[in-house]
Amino acid sequence: MTKLALKVAAVEQLTPLVKRFRFEDPTGAPLPVFSGGAHITVEMPNGDTIRRNSYSLISDPYDPSGYEIAVRREDTGRGGSSHMHSAVAEGDTITVSVPANLFQLDLRARKHVLIGGGIGITPFLSQLRQLDREQKPYELHYAARSRAEAAGIALLPEAAHIHVHISDEGNRMDLGAILDGQPLGTHVYTCGPEGLIAAVADQAARLGWPKSAVHSEAFTAPPPGAPFEVTIASSGQIVPVKADQSLLEALEAAGVEIDYSCRGGACGRCETAVTACDGQIEHNDHWLSADERAAQKKIMPCMSRFKGTRLELDL
Amino acid sequence: MTMQFNDETFRGDYTYRNSPEAIRRFPFPFDQDSYMYSVNIEQHPGGPQGSPFEHMFDVDEHYVAEMRDREITLAEDPLRCQSLPHMELAGWDLLELIMVSKARDYPDLFSLTRDGNDWHWVNKPMGIDKRFTFLDAATLPYGPMEYITRQTQGDFALLHERDGNLWMDAGMVTSQADWSLDFDVGMNFFEWHAPVPKARQMGVFDKALKFLLAVGQGQHYRRLNWTMTVNPRLDTSPENYHKWGPEKRTITPENVGHKQFLRVELQTFFRLPRSNALAFPIRCYLASLDDLVTQPKWGRRLHRVLRDIDPDLADYKGFAVNREVIVNYLSQYDDGEPTSPGIFPED
Ligand code: HEM
Ligand code: FES
Repeated sequence: MTKLALKVAAVEQLTPLVKRFRFEDPTGAPLPVFSGGAHITVEMPNGDTIRRNSYSLISDPYDPSGYEIAVRREDTGRGGSSHMHSAVAEGDTITVSVPANLFQLDLRARKHVLIGGGIGITPFLSQLRQLDREQKPYELHYAARSRAEAAGIALLPEAAHIHVHISDEGNRMDLGAILDGQPLGTHVYTCGPEGLIAAVADQAARLGWPKSAVHSEAFTAPPPGAPFEVTIASSGQIVPVKADQSLLEALEAAGVEIDYSCRGGACGRCETAVTACDGQIEHNDHWLSADERAAQKKIMPCMSRFKGTRLELDL
Repeated sequence: MTMQFNDETFRGDYTYRNSPEAIRRFPFPFDQDSYMYSVNIEQHPGGPQGSPFEHMFDVDEHYVAEMRDREITLAEDPLRCQSLPHMELAGWDLLELIMVSKARDYPDLFSLTRDGNDWHWVNKPMGIDKRFTFLDAATLPYGPMEYITRQTQGDFALLHERDGNLWMDAGMVTSQADWSLDFDVGMNFFEWHAPVPKARQMGVFDKALKFLLAVGQGQHYRRLNWTMTVNPRLDTSPENYHKWGPEKRTITPENVGHKQFLRVELQTFFRLPRSNALAFPIRCYLASLDDLVTQPKWGRRLHRVLRDIDPDLADYKGFAVNREVIVNYLSQYDDGEPTSPGIFPED
């Protein structure tokens, strides 16, 4: 994975829970431009290991002068976001990956409908800049229960085709009304809670939209779980995985090299063969097929966990 | 050192030739004495100085003549270059990648000056000096992909990623080993690979597609593919099969050494930044059997590979009819000595 050592050029508290970070090249050199919906992986030193989290880029994709991300503090999470909130300050050096995109716009679309909930607004912020640049018709709908929870409002520009739905204010998002009557060839993109993604897919299916016109942001943060152990087939080494650590993080901490990109179960890079499995793999990725999951011959260490007596990996 | 460009043809009188330096740097595709399909992918660029792997886009002595040949093919058949409307952005990405790389890697041949979106491109070998506005197609005589690939050796496919697959939604294809862009345009990875024998069952294509989907920005890869071509012809297309197919019947034991060419494709993969499309340049190198046997290791190895090759592959690659003549000819250059690992000549 290609990495960049950048300078934290600005940190801004957008809402009590959300901070915006801007990274620039320390010498002012241009950064690789990217496509709407792309993310970067940010490295955070955490004791003697490195935690890596992926965040959607929210800045203008065609602007090489810097990258911006928005991070919501999750006090119950695995610590990545709280590290960003408490330990990262202007002037610091930070290592990030080059951008990668698992949620790109389909530029064949006649029109794009973007639907976001909660912090799930972030990938749309670069997409709408790309859509503006490419002069493509779009509308964006952002839903939240209350204005206090609607962290994304602070990130959204004001424009006629950008709609904010606050259910506490009696302005609940009506998916049927949004999707019905869109011109043929419209694509819809959803990012946010699983429930929202499912509701949009459901509504689109009911209206007869082709599946290929319905997109959603697949990657999520690795879920915590019970601790477990894995065995490295080549060396016999036993690697313990803590409750708030992903298997990928545990392998990295143990010095086992493993390829990755999204760290969210969507890109396939970390796919690892299982040489022995006495127990049940908890597949949390979006990569393996149902058959592959059932066979328990492969695991995606960035997301998945294990319950049982022995899991041996072909590493 | 300024490069000398050959005045040569790839049709009609076929005056194409390789200098001794061009032979030594030829991308011989066999790293062992046998061949079967595999997911043979490695990082790009990277390789010995002077090799065709050293730079992102190799420019060699055939550059100017190859571009002239492309012009002839396009004039006869404009459908060799196609780009579906949503691929224009990928075309700009490709134009940027090529211009930036060539200006950096060959500063005495190419230069690029950029002030925001005002670009100034100079291509000395082709006598081009052009100012244009990046991302504004009205400022170029062709679409961005066509503009830059009329100035870059090799065929190009631009792949759109969607639904977990790659779709051939744009390309410039005038030097292909018997496949057609006009037929394949709009197809996905499995559809356009359908004619290839054995590989799908071996799982090669499933693995290759997974790999390609995971290629990220800034990580570039390559693989070599090969076939056999009678006469140094770039345009071995299905559209023009009537012109080159019958030439296969002209091979004799006397002329096989200079009429039979090994055709090697240096295929590279690049993730493009703004479009997130994948660029797949397919660069064609031709060397006659006579050229190749000047390197003893290659003579021995090519003999063993072609003698032992799976008949289905010889059929698919279209040289089954001449295989015996080719193998007999090469056997003179195989003394049974062992060959060293790797593709490069000995010493
Ligand atoms: C996206 C990039 C690629 C494109 C656009 C592409 C395109 C093609 C095309 C058009 C053909 C000719 C099929 C025909 O007979 O009509 C072909 C053949 C083939 N491709 Fe690909 N390909 C790509 C990537 C790969 C990769 C990564 C592999 C890795 C194993 C691969 C393996 C092959 C093989 C083994 C053949 C048969 C070639 C021969 O025997 O001469 N391709 N490809
Ligand atoms: S790193 Fe992307 S699936 Fe695991």
